Amino acid sequence: MTAGIVSWGVYIPYWRLQRSAIGASLGGPSGRGSRSVASYDEDTTTMGVEASRRALHVLDGPLPEDLFFSTPAPAYLDKTNATAIHGALELPGWAGAYDMVGSVRSSVGALRAAQAIAAGHRSMAVLSDLRTGLAGGSEERDSGDGAIAVVFGGPDDAVVADWVAHAGTTTEFLDRWRTPGETDSKVWEERFGQEVYVPLVNQAWADALKSAGVVATDVDHVAVVGLHARAVAAVRNSLGVRPEAVAKDRSATIGNLGAAEPGVALADLLERAEPGALLALVVVADGADVVLLRTTDAIGAARESRRTAGLADVADLVESGGGDLPYTRFLTWRGELVREPPRRPDPERPGAPATWRSTSWKGGFEASDCRACGFRHLPPARVCLRCRTIDEMDPVRLADVGGRVATFTIDRLAFSMSPPVIGAVVDFDGGGRYRCEMTDADPDAVAIGTRVEMSFRRLNTAKGVHNYFWKARPVDATGDVDDQGGKP
Amino acid sequence: MSSNGIRDRVAIVGMGCTPFGERWDKGVDDLLIDAAKEAIASAGVTLDDIDAFWLGTMTSGTSGVTLAKPLKIDYKPVTRVENFCATGSEAFRNACYAVASGAYDLAMAIGVEKLKDTGYSGLTGIRPVGDGTDAALSSPAAFSFVAPSYAERYGVDPEEMKQVMSRIAWKNHRNGAVNPRAQFRKEVSMETITKSPLVAGDLGVYDCSGVSDGSAAAIICRAEDAHRYTDHPLYVKALSFVAGPGGGPIDPDYDYTTFPEVVRSAADAYQQAGITDPRASLAMAEVHDCFTPTELVLMEDLGFSERGLGWKDVLAGTFDRDGELPVNPDGGLKSFGHPIGASGLRMLFECWLQLRQEAPPERQIATVAQGRTLGLTHNLGGSPGECVSFVSIVGPELSD
Repeated sequence: MTAGIVSWGVYIPYWRLQRSAIGASLGGPSGRGSRSVASYDEDTTTMGVEASRRALHVLDGPLPEDLFFSTPAPAYLDKTNATAIHGALELPGWAGAYDMVGSVRSSVGALRAAQAIAAGHRSMAVLSDLRTGLAGGSEERDSGDGAIAVVFGGPDDAVVADWVAHAGTTTEFLDRWRTPGETDSKVWEERFGQEVYVPLVNQAWADALKSAGVVATDVDHVAVVGLHARAVAAVRNSLGVRPEAVAKDRSATIGNLGAAEPGVALADLLERAEPGALLALVVVADGADVVLLRTTDAIGAARESRRTAGLADVADLVESGGGDLPYTRFLTWRGELVREPPRRPDPERPGAPATWRSTSWKGGFEASDCRACGFRHLPPARVCLRCRTIDEMDPVRLADVGGRVATFTIDRLAFSMSPPVIGAVVDFDGGGRYRCEMTDADPDAVAIGTRVEMSFRRLNTAKGVHNYFWKARPVDATGDVDDQGGKP
Repeated sequence: MSSNGIRDRVAIVGMGCTPFGERWDKGVDDLLIDAAKEAIASAGVTLDDIDAFWLGTMTSGTSGVTLAKPLKIDYKPVTRVENFCATGSEAFRNACYAVASGAYDLAMAIGVEKLKDTGYSGLTGIRPVGDGTDAALSSPAAFSFVAPSYAERYGVDPEEMKQVMSRIAWKNHRNGAVNPRAQFRKEVSMETITKSPLVAGDLGVYDCSGVSDGSAAAIICRAEDAHRYTDHPLYVKALSFVAGPGGGPIDPDYDYTTFPEVVRSAADAYQQAGITDPRASLAMAEVHDCFTPTELVLMEDLGFSERGLGWKDVLAGTFDRDGELPVNPDGGLKSFGHPIGASGLRMLFECWLQLRQEAPPERQIATVAQGRTLGLTHNLGGSPGECVSFVSIVGPELSD
C-alpha cells in the first residue's frame, strides 16, 4: 500500500461579501449568494497557517516533516512562504518547507508531492488562495478566499483514505492567465476552453479508472473542480458516474476558492464518505488531474475526533457564514479603493535579526512558565515577574489555547487598514495574560468574558516586509465549536 | 524602597516658561533660548554663571549639543536625559543631585519638546528595531482601560463615571482659561466635553491632553546660597523616581485601577519630606493629567483621596482651584498640552508662581494664604502597568 491521507483542516475566512452588495454599489444586475473574503489582516500564508492548525489539532503522533505550500497569490516572491507556516506550526527544524506558487494547478502538484514523499514520515500539502479581480467583474463576484491543509502518512500510519490512483493530461493552451503583480485574471472565450478541456478530462478519467481497475459506476463520490465553470459543468455530465455520486457545487455562498478548491472539495468528500468508499477528485486546470482514493475503516474515528475537537465540516462552514462586509470595505481591503490614512506615522518594519531571535514567540506564540513559582510570561521572559528567579523557565505554546476577554478597548487613533482597532486583554485557559488586537469581531459585540482563540495574522506590511503575529478572535467567528481550551 | 533624599539641600532660585501651544513661529532652539533667558533673568545671573546643564527632551534632539549650540555654552557639562513623559522632571532631579553633591554651585535644568513639527496628530515615539510584536495600541487606548475598570471595581455607574471624567477636564480647562501661558485658554462646557467624539474606549477628545510645543527651565543652587539670588527661593523637599517592572499588561492580578509606580514614588517622596497627610499638608499639586481617568486614579495613588472615593472628591470640587486642595491650578496637561521634555518643569513653574504668591490675583490659589506652603509635582511616563513615576515636593520655607 502507498501513503494516504491521515488528517485535513479547512479554513474559510469569517467575512462574506453579498453579491447583491456589488450591484447595489456599482449599479447593474445584482448577483445572488455571497463569496468568502479574507480579512485585511489575512493573506494566503496566514490562511494556510489556520488550515494547517486545524489539520494538526486532531492529529496524534509526530508532526509532518515536509510541507508543500501552493498558492497563485504568494505574499512573497524569492523568499519562501512555506517557512512562515513552518514557523507558526513549530515544525521540526529538519522538516522541509517548499512553495509551489503561481498557478491553480500547482495545488495538485503539492498534493501529489506530499503524498509521494510520505513514507517514513508524515508530510503535508497546504493549498491557499486569495482572489480579487476587477471591480464589478465575474472573477470578483464568483471567487472566494480560503485554505486547506492535507496531511499524508505512510502505510503504517492511521490512514483514513488510501491513495488509489492518479492520472493526468497536460496541454499548453491559453485558458486563464495574468501577469505577476496583477489581480485580475484574463480568460479566453469560454467555449474555446470547454472544447479543449472536456477531452483532456475524459482521457485522464479513463486512465485513472483503468489504473485502479474500476469502472465509473464504482465511484461513490466525485468532485469536479476548476475555475472554468462551463468546462466543469460539462465534465460533470460526461463522467458516467451515478448522478447522486456528484458533489454539490458550494460556490453559492463562499465562491470558487481557486487553488484551494481541489483540497476543500476533497475534504468535503472525506467528511461525507462511508468506510471503503471510492472517492474521485477531478481538477480542471491547464489540463486535467484525476485522483482516486478509498476511505479506510479509520475514517469514522477520525471524523469523531474532529467533532469532539469542535472542527466544523465543510458543509457547515459553507453555511455558517460570518460577518457581511460592505462592498466599499472589500475594495479598501484589496487595495482597489485607496483611502486617506490617519495622520499617524506608518508602521515600522520589523527587524530581521530581532524577528529571527523571537521565532518561537512571534511564530509559535510560545510563552514561558517560571519553574519556581509557575507564573506565565507573554512574551517569554528570563526574569520572573512574580518571584524574580532568573533563567528558570519552561516554554509553553499558547497558540492553540483558548481564553476569555478580561477587558478591552476600541482604539480609534491607532493605525489600521480597517479601523477601529479593538485591543483586548486576554486571560488564557490555564494561566497567562496578554494584550493584543482582536480581529473578525464586531466592536459592538465584544464584551468582557467573550471567548477567544488565537489566529495567525498579518499585522501590517512596512517597506515590503509582512509583519506576521497573532491576534485574538471570538470563538463564534470560526464556525468551529469552542472546545474550552484546545490542544494541551 | 529606601532613599535618603536631599531635603532642603538645594533650592530653585529662578525659573522660566514659554507659552505652550502650536508654536509654528519657534523652533527647538528658539524655545530653549526663550526659557533659558527668562530663567537666568529671574535668578539675576548670566549664562556664564551656570556651571552645568541638564537638558530633558524625548524627541527634539540628542546629546548636550542640542542645548550647547543654540545657547553657545562655553565648554561646560551639558547632559541630555530622557525618561518617557517624566523627561523634564528627570532633568530637574539630576541637576538637583549634582548641586547637592557639591560638584557644581549653579545648575540649570531645562526641558523642551517640539511636537507639532512632525505633522502627525498625537505623540510619536522613536522605537528601537524590534520583532514587530508590540501591540500597536495608541496611548489613549492604553489608558482607556482605567475608567471602566475603576467604575466596575467601585460600583460607579458608567454615566456617572463619564461625569467624573468630564468634571476633571472641565476644571483643568477652567484653570487654563485664565493662564496666558496655556495652549487652550477657553473654558469648555461639561456638555461639550461629555459629548466630544470618542478617541479610544470611553475617552473623548476632551479627555485627552493636547499636543503642543514648549520649554521651561529652572536654576538650582545649594540651599545656603539661595538668598544670594532671590529673597524667595523654593527649597526642594523631596525627589522620587520609580521605574516599575512593567508587568501590568501580563499580570492577571493587575486591574488598571491604580498605578503602583505612583504609589511607590509618592510614599518615598512623603517620607523624604516628612509628610504624613498630603491632603492636609499640601497647598497644591500639579499632576500628570494625560487623560482624565489618569488624574482620577492619581488622586488616590498620591494619597489625596481614599481608595474608591476619589470620584466623589472630584465631583465635590475638592481639587478645584478654590477647593480644599487645588490640583493643576495652571490648567495641567489638559490646557498646556504635553511637550514631553518641558512638562515636568512647567509643573514646577506653577509651584514657583503660586507658592511665592506671584500668580496673578485672578488665579492665585487661596491655600497659600491659609498657611500651607508645600507644592507637589507629579509625572507619569509610559502606560498603566508599565510606567515610570516622578514626584517632587517643593516649598518656600526651610524645615525646622
